[in-house]
Amino acid sequence: MPRIPSQRSPMAQPRSFVWTRRVVLTLLLAFVLVPVYVMLSSSMKNLQDVQGSFQWIPHHLTLRPYVDIWKTIPLAHYFVNSLIVSVSATLFSVAVAIFASYGVSRYRFPGRRLFTVTVLSTQMFPGILFLLPLYLIFVNIGNSTGITLNGSRLGLIITYLTFSLPFSIWMLVGYFDSIPRDLDEAAKVDGCGPMGALFRVVVPAAVPGIVAVCVYAFMTAWGEVLFASVMTNQSTRTLAVGLREYATQNDVYWNQVMAASLVVSVPVVAGFLLLQRYLVAGLTAGAVK
Amino acid sequence: MAATAPPRSAPEAGSDSGKPAGRGRLRPRIPARLRQLSLPYLLLLPALALELLIHIVPMIVGIVISFKGLTLFFIRNWKSAPWTGFDNYKVAVKIHQPIGQALLHSFWVTIAFTVLSVAFSWLIGTAAAILMQDTFRGRAVLRAIFLVPYALPVYAAVITWTFMFQQETGLVNHVLHDQLHLTSDKPFWLIGGNSFWALVIVSVWKSWPFAFLALMAGLQNIPRELYEAAAMDGAGVWQQIRKITLPSLRPVNQVLVLVLFLWTFNDFNTPYVMFGQAAPHQADLISIHIYQSSFITWNFGSGSAMSVLLLLFLLLVTAVYLLLTSRKRGDADA
Repeated sequence: MPRIPSQRSPMAQPRSFVWTRRVVLTLLLAFVLVPVYVMLSSSMKNLQDVQGSFQWIPHHLTLRPYVDIWKTIPLAHYFVNSLIVSVSATLFSVAVAIFASYGVSRYRFPGRRLFTVTVLSTQMFPGILFLLPLYLIFVNIGNSTGITLNGSRLGLIITYLTFSLPFSIWMLVGYFDSIPRDLDEAAKVDGCGPMGALFRVVVPAAVPGIVAVCVYAFMTAWGEVLFASVMTNQSTRTLAVGLREYATQNDVYWNQVMAASLVVSVPVVAGFLLLQRYLVAGLTAGAVK
Repeated sequence: MAATAPPRSAPEAGSDSGKPAGRGRLRPRIPARLRQLSLPYLLLLPALALELLIHIVPMIVGIVISFKGLTLFFIRNWKSAPWTGFDNYKVAVKIHQPIGQALLHSFWVTIAFTVLSVAFSWLIGTAAAILMQDTFRGRAVLRAIFLVPYALPVYAAVITWTFMFQQETGLVNHVLHDQLHLTSDKPFWLIGGNSFWALVIVSVWKSWPFAFLALMAGLQNIPRELYEAAAMDGAGVWQQIRKITLPSLRPVNQVLVLVLFLWTFNDFNTPYVMFGQAAPHQADLISIHIYQSSFITWNFGSGSAMSVLLLLFLLLVTAVYLLLTSRKRGDADA
């Protein structure tokens, strides 16, 4: 269950604390919100206005950029690409992570530690280290088997699903560990096999952790730039790469860039904010212990 | 996978492995014991296979390539590229030659960038998490807003900052020059020395919410009784923060700082979206630098050697860090 953050001392807070809090949090609020405001306000200006000196309040409010973004570049196409890639990567990644975490959490076997250390240490590899080899491997697989990985959505899905895997496994192992073993032992006594215990007891009890992992995996895939820029082509391009096309040789359509940025951000941010409670709960149980 | 689940209606308790005959149809001739032994490995298999395909094998290939003279000419068949031994490494570490010099420069830039970004992100995250530990009006809304930079897709956020840093049309110069009259002209932010600071600001902006999130989670594990006991002893809020909150966050901080360091050090997205394929000299982060030497100049062998050196450095940092923090923890226990 998502826990409500604990309160600290019940005693009255001194004025110094209350004022520090007000000042610091106000400054932070401004720091966080200014870019968001710029994104929103500039997305409703016409091209002339974004090409002149910056205006805090738009002189001419227009929704024109929100219509134009779909015509200037094939934004809808990129959107669909991003959606397919991110959703598939998330689903596969979380499924794989659930099985692996269950194995690590519930069984003691030779190689268990080696597995967790190996998986976790891949987190620290610089992406640039395996960008090129992966590119070459995908090209080679394509040449020898005819399975197109390079430039296809499949290649990107496989790549992305491993990016969120280490963190997901780490977090879920912690979460599964916090679910009493007695529960799945009881399920087994009642006639469930290991898989039955996993899906009827452990998974339902770990929903907050699983939701948190889904959110993380989706965000990772939706925001990735490096591999998307090397391993996609015209037809499989994702938003991360596609948005660059608003900059032409002569002009940058900043109002459209901002409108498009907002449009591609809204689904992720909305989902994240709806589910952030779970993410905190997931981190509390999984990553932090 | 589906066949693994036995009939759920099995009435007898504890008969899990005792009925080979009844289940012979489903699992012929695999002893229950062997099945049990292999089960954890089966569970790990998909994760292991994917890690091998995307991380381990490419890493090995990368190491192999770093010993080869792999240029565009051999891209179709990289195995046929000639062996060059340690040549790529020698070139990379010759700090008086252009390539080595540029690599060393971008290494120091990356270190400075990472240290500053992690320090500020951690500081702001800690301050926000502690100040928001108690309930007050608007806390939930504030918390949600603070997480927005973390939730925004990197490219959307960084593009917006790039727009704000535009010399003529950006908000930053508008405020600094037109409104506050702090600068006599409108400085460039994406070229020259300022670009480094622009990069740090953007990085802090999108990293600190993660520190905030992790520390908020950490704060929930501090038992309330500790604060109550301290309050009974007459400790004020500031003292409680110093004596209870900060020490209790140490285990979280140990993981957090390491993770932030690795993420920031390896960050490619931020500089790439801000500057494109060629970053200004003062903000030439190592990931962009390597990308450029592999994909723009098409010298993959050299780029791989640089990546391997980078990995070795990160391994060293992580090992030293883990050693230091675990020793400290041992001292505290003793």
